[in-house]
Amino acid sequence: MALKEQDIKDIAHLARLGLDDSALAPLAADLSTVLNLVEQMNSINTDGVEPMAHPGNAVLRLRDDNITEPDQREKLQKAAPSTEAGYFLVPRVVE
Amino acid sequence: MDIHTKSLAEQAELLKQRKVSSVELCQHYLDRIERLDNQFNSVITIDAERAIAAAKRSDEKLAKGEGEPLQGLPLIHKDIFCTDGVLTTCGSRMLENFTAPYDATVVQRLQNQGMVMLAKANMDEFAMGSSNENSYFGNVVNPWKAGTVPGGSSGGSAAAVAARLAPVATGTDTGGSIRQPAAFCGLSGIKPTYGRVSRYGMIAFASSLDQAGPLATTAKDCAIMLQAMAGFDARDSTSSDQAVPSYTAGLDQSLEGLKIGVPTEYFAEGLDASVAQAVEQAIEEFKKAGARIKSVSLPNQGLCIPAYYVVAPAEASSNLSRFDGVRFGHRCDNPVDLEDLYKRSRAEGFGDEVKRRILIGAYTLSAGFYDAYYLKALQVRRLISDDFQKAFNDVDVILGPTTPTAAFAMGDKTDDPVSMYLNDLYTVSANLSGLPAMSIPCGFTDGLPVGLQLVTNHFEEAHLLQVAHQYQQITDWHTRAPEGLD
Repeated sequence: MALKEQDIKDIAHLARLGLDDSALAPLAADLSTVLNLVEQMNSINTDGVEPMAHPGNAVLRLRDDNITEPDQREKLQKAAPSTEAGYFLVPRVVE
Repeated sequence: MDIHTKSLAEQAELLKQRKVSSVELCQHYLDRIERLDNQFNSVITIDAERAIAAAKRSDEKLAKGEGEPLQGLPLIHKDIFCTDGVLTTCGSRMLENFTAPYDATVVQRLQNQGMVMLAKANMDEFAMGSSNENSYFGNVVNPWKAGTVPGGSSGGSAAAVAARLAPVATGTDTGGSIRQPAAFCGLSGIKPTYGRVSRYGMIAFASSLDQAGPLATTAKDCAIMLQAMAGFDARDSTSSDQAVPSYTAGLDQSLEGLKIGVPTEYFAEGLDASVAQAVEQAIEEFKKAGARIKSVSLPNQGLCIPAYYVVAPAEASSNLSRFDGVRFGHRCDNPVDLEDLYKRSRAEGFGDEVKRRILIGAYTLSAGFYDAYYLKALQVRRLISDDFQKAFNDVDVILGPTTPTAAFAMGDKTDDPVSMYLNDLYTVSANLSGLPAMSIPCGFTDGLPVGLQLVTNHFEEAHLLQVAHQYQQITDWHTRAPEGLD
């Protein structure tokens, strides 16, 4: 699969990744090379093979619905770029 | 003082006998870091004050004949592990100013065992890379040869231990990130079975592949470290509750009757002749030690890299969506709206390779392409895993080269992502299959170490470590250290 600059723009939007226009062509070339590599998978037939998402096929554990974590809001919010009154601040979304 | 030439096991003895104090030992390494690391750039953060305070507390315990098994022994943590109150960058501008609010389970366990953290090691950004050329904090230099990469992504951990700036270091391995740098730097390093070591507090790259493990100079030191690191953790949803056996008890058992499988596919195109020769020499040593060598086949070996470069970026694109400039990490200046905040914060915070992988992942998971890429990769993953299980019907251990070549020159592969990816040719299959695998030194080519990879079945780390330890009883490659670093 050869990706075009517009494809890169679309994917970058999906991933919420800002890209300069000058980055699009080199990325299209790089990613096309990678896709050519991964498309080697098509050399074999995998019809009926059960997909393996995870080694060990572990099942997620359940636990009792008890409170296990203390309130650490202040400590955790220290790492945030902008907070106020216990909230994370972002640019205004609703006018 | 030449205590840095001793293994962790030997240092533990000296500490217990009070022939050296923890403060002396830790200060010695801190001095070495201060004096030597400008050549290697192997650490990002040095935490001397805390280290010496912890060493003092260790000495007080040891003086009273108390203390945990690893009391007072120093180590370096890869900067992917969260350390409470200490900068945790993951090699990224995104986390340049991130002080972790809690300890990773690995960090906590090793601290509970009495170990003292000296520093946090440099690494490829978000553990994506095979040369440590993707760190926001600069390249790491291989102590064996200036201008040469240490491997990656645990390149700082490997360079630090190779230069004897710490006796051991932690690393993480998603596609070979412990084993490949161990091979390039002449060290022993083990990636345990998936689920054996907790991933809690270890910044996620590809969650179905990531595992933590130690890098050390000997297999025995790896056993000691893994013993402390392994075990169930309720905070990691995929942590195994299988009991942890003793990793040191069986180290001295002989290799008589051991069945070693050598995959024919490993000795094909792409393998450097001098690496092949060192590995073949190792096979001869194993024969002399009483092991039986058998040829095995891993028919889907050629599809490991293609499948890996779908699965790992897919999981990464999902995991790295948390870096949005809102709750932690880099935020761009003066965002005009929320979308601008996300896009510019991520554009500024992530480096080129991380961006490439996020984009590959987002693409292969997107509507219309999911089946052709992601689902197909998961099916291929199943076949790769089945190949190993078939091979383990006949043999106990699978042996081969860790990497196709020894360490390469900086800049050699930075222009072509695919040539960089092919470095992981022999290592990614263990991650895809969840199998434990180890690299140990088995020779040199042009003054650079060559790594031998051993793989066993799930949860057979004890066996893996025994085989590696026995090999190190009849060879001395693991005792070699780079010259000029006294």
